[in-house]
Amino acid sequence: MIAEALIVSAILFVIGVVGVLTRRNAIILFMCAELMLNAVNLTFVAMAKMHGVTGHVFVIMVMTIAAAEAAVGLAIVISVFRQFGTVDMSALRTLRG
Amino acid sequence: MMHLAIPALWQATAAAHAAHPLDGSIAVTLVRLLPLLPVLGFVINGVLALLARQRANAAGSAESSTARNALVKLVGPGVIIAAFAMALVIFFQMQGVAAEALHAPLLVPGPAWMVVGDLVIDWSLQLDQLSILMVLVITGIGSLIHLFSVGYMQDDPGYARYFAYLNLFVAFMLVLVLGASYPVMFLGWEGVGLCSYLLIGFWFSDRANVEAGKKAFVVNRVGDFGFLIAMFLIWGATRKLDFVGAHAALGSMAGTSVVLAIALFLFLGAAGKSAQIPLYIWLPDAMAGPTPVSALIHAATMVTAGVYLVARASTVFSGAPEASLLVAMIGAATALFAATIAMRQWDIKKVLAYSTVSQLGYMFIGVGTGAYTAGVFHLVTHAFFKALLFLGAGSVIHALHAAYHRTHRHEDAQDLRNMGGLRRYMPATAAAMTLATLAIAGIPPLAGFFSKDEILTSVFARAQGSPLASASLFGVPGSAVLYFVYGIGLITALLTAVYMTRMLLLTFFGENRTGEAEQQALHEAPAIMTAPILVLALLTLIGGWLNLPALLPLGPIGLLEQWLEPVTGASATRLGGDGVVSHDTELVLIGVAIAIAVVGMGIAFALYRKPIADKAHAEPETGFAGVLANAYSVDAGVDAVVVRPMNALADSVLTRGVDVGVDRAFSFGGGLLSRTAGLISSRLQDGDVGKYAWMVAAGAVAMLAALTLG
Repeated sequence: MIAEALIVSAILFVIGVVGVLTRRNAIILFMCAELMLNAVNLTFVAMAKMHGVTGHVFVIMVMTIAAAEAAVGLAIVISVFRQFGTVDMSALRTLRG
Repeated sequence: MMHLAIPALWQATAAAHAAHPLDGSIAVTLVRLLPLLPVLGFVINGVLALLARQRANAAGSAESSTARNALVKLVGPGVIIAAFAMALVIFFQMQGVAAEALHAPLLVPGPAWMVVGDLVIDWSLQLDQLSILMVLVITGIGSLIHLFSVGYMQDDPGYARYFAYLNLFVAFMLVLVLGASYPVMFLGWEGVGLCSYLLIGFWFSDRANVEAGKKAFVVNRVGDFGFLIAMFLIWGATRKLDFVGAHAALGSMAGTSVVLAIALFLFLGAAGKSAQIPLYIWLPDAMAGPTPVSALIHAATMVTAGVYLVARASTVFSGAPEASLLVAMIGAATALFAATIAMRQWDIKKVLAYSTVSQLGYMFIGVGTGAYTAGVFHLVTHAFFKALLFLGAGSVIHALHAAYHRTHRHEDAQDLRNMGGLRRYMPATAAAMTLATLAIAGIPPLAGFFSKDEILTSVFARAQGSPLASASLFGVPGSAVLYFVYGIGLITALLTAVYMTRMLLLTFFGENRTGEAEQQALHEAPAIMTAPILVLALLTLIGGWLNLPALLPLGPIGLLEQWLEPVTGASATRLGGDGVVSHDTELVLIGVAIAIAVVGMGIAFALYRKPIADKAHAEPETGFAGVLANAYSVDAGVDAVVVRPMNALADSVLTRGVDVGVDRAFSFGGGLLSRTAGLISSRLQDGDVGKYAWMVAAGAVAMLAALTLG
């Protein structure tokens, strides 16, 4: 049972990573990051069955932080859009020397 | 560990010589104090010189403070006279001890200087008959020349600086002759070279003086290279560097090629310091310094250090007869070569400079043929009369300079063509110079006659039959070499009489050529300058009594010979055998020497009494005379063969190759490196978040791989 849960979580995580690496749209990057967080959450929950309640506590924690992060992240995306007129990350290259 | 080892070594040396009769006497303390006294003078005068410079800078002028100058006058000569007094005390202490008891030198142990493995060099000093003789000459003549300088340098703004350098010179010279090991001697050797450099370039605002100082320093480096190699060889062969130990070991290795190499390299060092062919070229230029400096450093003391070195290392040289023959040959060649140049010099100091080179050659003939006493004897008498000649020349230059200064004419105050008839204006100087000229020409009973005659007689005696005559140099039998050297010695004696009489006649006799207006201003030097000259004249007169030949019943015979017997006697016997000629032969030799001196002076009288033009109206010299006046164009030759190729090499390889190469490597290379690094890192961090993500992922995979596979 745990093995299946871990496999699903790994698949979810890799989908998230590949999304972050290949896509350029900020919103999609965001969603992929959420996907990775939830993959980790799934691992925690699965492990909690063996190692006690600590895993559940971590999941609550991650969800809280993710919510806060989403709020801040979306605010940044909106202000990026206002500034550059786009949310394509590859267009944001003003740091380039 | 080290600290334990050093005192143990000391005790070992001390114990080995505990039997010395002077141990525990005041002489030990005095020997330690001797070099320190002039150092004290150097420090005081040096501080005063710095103060004077500061004051001059502040005031914006070179005004000299009389109060400070008075202190300099007191301290400068004072420390040297005190050192001379101490040397006399030591000398009389040594006199008071039975001669047999002084067979070994008195070793005065000092603290360690450097300890590297089993190489222990300490500040030990050594007192023996040879070193006390040198100390007496250095401090005695040094005192007189310091006193002379008080008057000569009177109006010079660098008064304190001058005495600081001169005191420092005496200190280093004393270290040179008192050191108990080659490294300590080398320290003094280098120190006197430094002081010589500083004093040649004393008037450094004139570029020629600076160039002359630099030349002296650089040429001496060639000699120093020889000295250093010799020290390395001595260490390699004996594992010792102190005179007693190293010479004992080298004495038992006599005849080997190592000893020959050591002797040759030591002689290279001696030839540099004592201005022998081919390293003599610096000494005539060294006359750019103040005249008392020429008297003390470049005539009486420093340039004789090479002769001292050969006498000190007599064990080495007597163990290598070929090297000794070479020393004599080089000495003879130098003596003749320099004497011919001196024939046609117009600068009074140049005449004396080439004469010094020539007489140094004589000394090397002496020490080269194993006649160490004769060489050292000539060293001492030459110090008397050559210091006198230089001081006399200084007083002449002083007078002419003052005269031209008063009439505001820019004429050469050192040119013989601007002198003439000066005996009417400076009778005391003229009388003393005449005496010294007779002495160097070899007229009895003056000091120079006895010493020169002893050298020539010794050479002749050794040529007739001695271990040295049985040796050979480049396949030529030693006796042939020695007869040849003797012949050259005679020719040189003739030339010496000619050119010295020429100088004397042109300076003091005939019509005055200085100038109408200047004649009013010509005058004898002040008493502080004439007094040392007269003392030296007295020494020139009686100096021969130091070592009278057995032939002439004038007083005690061979005092110096007996005095130096414990130091050089064994080596002299090893090279020269009995070294005696029959009284009849000796009479003939003395007769020949006197006849040659008289003939030489006669030739000069015949040639140089006619009136000549002063320098401004003189015609340029042509033919062989011009070649001689140009000193065989050796300087130009050295310039073309050594200096310019060296400069070209340095310019093309070192400056444009190595120097510029290193510059480029660091400036361009450094710039290129940081620019490339900047370019790469700016490509990595260009704000493309996707690329960062890729890198994070790649890093994570790499770490995972390392953890699982490693």
